[in-house]
Formats: sequence, structure tokens, C-alpha cells
Amino acid sequence: MADKSLTLDQYRTLRKDNWWMEPLMVVAVLGGFGIYATWAALQNANYYAAPYLSPFYSPCISANCAHVTLPLIGSWWNLSPAFLILWVPGGFRATCYYYRKAYYRSFFQSPPACAVRDAAKSYSGETRFPFILQNIHRYFFYLSLVILAFLWWDALLAFRFPDGFGMGVGTIVLCVNAALLSLFSFSCNSCRHVCGGYLNSFHRTPSKFKAWSFISGLNEKHMQYAWVSLVWVGLTDVYVRLLAMGVISDLRFF
Amino acid sequence: MAEQQVHMRVWRGDANGGEFKDYRIAVGEGQVVLDVIHAIQAQQAGDLAVRWNCKAGKCGSCSAEVNGKPRLMCMTRMNTFEPGETITVSPMRTFPIIRDLVTDVSYNYQKAKEIPAFKPKAKESDGTRRMYQEDIDRVQEFHKCIECFLCQNVCHVIRDHEDNKPAFSGPRFFVRLASLEMHPLDTNDRMELIKQKAGLGYCNITKCCTEVCPENIHITDNAIIPLKERVVDRFYDPIAKLMGLFSSKNK
Repeated sequence: MADKSLTLDQYRTLRKDNWWMEPLMVVAVLGGFGIYATWAALQNANYYAAPYLSPFYSPCISANCAHVTLPLIGSWWNLSPAFLILWVPGGFRATCYYYRKAYYRSFFQSPPACAVRDAAKSYSGETRFPFILQNIHRYFFYLSLVILAFLWWDALLAFRFPDGFGMGVGTIVLCVNAALLSLFSFSCNSCRHVCGGYLNSFHRTPSKFKAWSFISGLNEKHMQYAWVSLVWVGLTDVYVRLLAMGVISDLRFF
Repeated sequence: MAEQQVHMRVWRGDANGGEFKDYRIAVGEGQVVLDVIHAIQAQQAGDLAVRWNCKAGKCGSCSAEVNGKPRLMCMTRMNTFEPGETITVSPMRTFPIIRDLVTDVSYNYQKAKEIPAFKPKAKESDGTRRMYQEDIDRVQEFHKCIECFLCQNVCHVIRDHEDNKPAFSGPRFFVRLASLEMHPLDTNDRMELIKQKAGLGYCNITKCCTEVCPENIHITDNAIIPLKERVVDRFYDPIAKLMGLFSSKNK
């Protein structure tokens, strides 16, 4: 019989698989994106290559923009115009229900993986500051829709070249970027709720039931949209930046 | 899979402590982990304690951790392991051990008692209550729960922080609360309880409950997150609160 000298609590986990792989990859990709986005925002240069505007700087709303979308902020603003914008998509992703899973697991190790012990000794979840602020996610969703409208406007402007209507690789890059960010935004759990999820009875509101059903379908792939749109928006900035720096040239289809 | 020997490490002990004991035993084709535990019990360790009942993944009795992952032993096939692999079987870690693989899950029954029961609307003029298919489809998913408590076991809020148990009901009961809150005929208001006594805010959406659910209930996306959004409506969103004063949500 057992010698009763041990307890299960001595094991951090009994899992034998590579449970650490997923949090490690999230740290690499999400951390890498965060570093690149901060660097790109600090550059305050090479974000416009006619007719393409980098999504990190869109909409460009200060007077010091290389390509002003909407002149809301005067010349007193002398920092990078990206900082006027990036807090919205940054806040939307930071409070997103999927990203919460990803970074709580990988950056906070709370828990690092299922059935693997938390790194922290005590835990209060989202009941206290600062994590109680996760509850404002829907407001970031509303603000992100405004940004999204401008990204579609930028995608339309990407067909307007100095010599007239046309299409280049950058046009496709910007259109795909706006489409992926739309899928990510509209598959959001808060969107699912405000479009009908708050109801207990759908039969009196068939339009809301259809909207909720459609968004529920999108929501099943929210994680995939989150990653693909994140990588693509970074690549879009890289493409516009390389064009603006003259490192590459845009291939025109017509 | 022809009959072959497997190496099992099974936790033996009680509330005071224990250890992993090694067993080498023959496994036949089509067997599951619970079959092997029963074979150990029959041939090598007659005093091995294990809770089981249906052997069909429907009673939720044989919950344990197989190679560290919360699983139903009756639904874990032996041919999913590599030949020669040592298979570790331990009790659910979140609950106090009674003996060997049997744990005291009474925490869950205490939490169940805290939830106000279904309270239906008054009957319509023809003496009936009506529900529409599109209204009831959403809560049907929650009724698949077999109360195996694997979601409770894997939830780090109580698994790794025993002190949170009084303030947190756990994913199984968020599923129960969601099935009642979203029910088209129910009239009870449980939002204060969901936020305070059930401790929904402790959940940080890491989705382990969904990963281990043997009934594939989308616990996080369909129960917990919608409840969190309803808590926001009531307690954190001033605009939704204002609009709520002027409109009914068909409750």
C-alpha cells in the first residue's frame, strides 16, 4: 500500500505532451507583432506610398500627416500620427475574448496550459483593476468599426493612381487587409451579443435572430480571423513601408 | 490491437497522501482505460478504489486524469497511446481525495444548491406555455451536460487556488446558469448572483473547460462569454443600462 509520503500537489503537471509549445508560439508571434507595431509607429515616416496608406496610420487625422485623411488635429501634435489611432485596434485586440485566452496563457501563465499549474500564487481573475477593464470590450468594438470604415475607404483609394483608375499588388493587399479585419471585427463575441445574443426570445425579432445566427457562424472562426488579420495588417505596413522607402516597386496590373 | 502488456502508473492513496504504483497488465483489442483499471482491480489490486457506472460516457462517474489530462476513463481508448508508453492515471486534482481514484465532489452539489430554480411565466389565456424552436435551440446544448465535473476539475480558478472555492461556482454551473438565464420562459433574475456569489469575473476565458468537455459543449463561447456580456449590460455599460430602462428584453 502507499507510503502516504506524497501528494499530487507536488507535481506542476502530469502532462507528457508538448503543452509549452502553444504559449511559446503566442509569445513569439504576439510579442513580435507588438514590438514591430511600436517600432513602426515611432518611425513617423514611410507610411504613405501613393495611393497606399499604411493601416497603422489610418485614418491619418493630424496636420503633420504625410497623407491627411481627416484634419481633426492641428499642427500642435508633433508626435507620430499613428499614436492617435493605434490605441483603438490595440484596445480592441487587448480586450478581445480570444486574445485574452492567448495572452493569459502565454504571458501571464494563468494557466500556461490546461491542467498545468498557474505561475502566480494568488488569483483574482477579472474582478479587480486592471483586468476588470476587460468589460469595456464592446466600446472598443464600436470604435473599431469607425477605423474599419476608414480602412475600406483607403482600400477604395488604392484604386486611384496619379494617372487614373488602376490596380496594383498594393490594392489587393489593402483590400484583403480590410476584408480580414472586417471578418475579425464582425466575428467578435460582443458583436454577437449586441446583435441579438442579449435576447431570450428570438421569434418576435426574426431579423435579430438572422443577424445573431450569422455572427455565431463567423464567431466559430474568431481565433483564426484574429491571427490571420493580425499577421496581414503587419505585412500590409511592411509592404507600404518598403514601397515608400524605394526598396521595392509596386506591380501594376492595369 | 492484439493483446499486449502495458505499463500503468496508478495513484494509490487517500487524503493523507499516497504514491504512484506500477502495474503491468495485458490489454485486449478495443479496451479503454477503465477496462484496464478494472483488470488491475480484478487481478493485482483488489482494494483499488474507482468510481464508475455506465461505461458509455453518459453517467460522468469515471472522471480522472490520464497522462495528466482530465478525461473520462471509459471514453479513453488504449489504442490512442503509443506502444510501450507508460500510462499515468490519477484522480481529479481539484477535489479532495477519498481514496485512490475516487474524489469527494460534494463542492459541486453545494454550488448547485445556490442556483435559484426555473420559474416559468404565467400560462397564456388558453392554459398553455409556448416556446419556439429558435428560442429553445440555444439552451438545448447546455442540457447535454452529464455532470462529470471535468470542467470544474480543469478550471485553474479553483484547481490552483483553493481559496477561491467559496467565491466561484465554476464552468459547470455557468452552463446551468446560462441555460436558465437564456430560457424563453424563465422569469427569475440571477444576474446579481452570477456576478457576485457565482464569481463570473474570476473566469479569464482560457477555455480549458471547453477543451475537456466530453459532450463537446461550447462552454466558454456559448455560456460563459454570453453571461459576461449580460453582466456588462447590467453593471458596466451605462448606455446598455440606460436603454434597458426603456425596452424589454423579452424576458
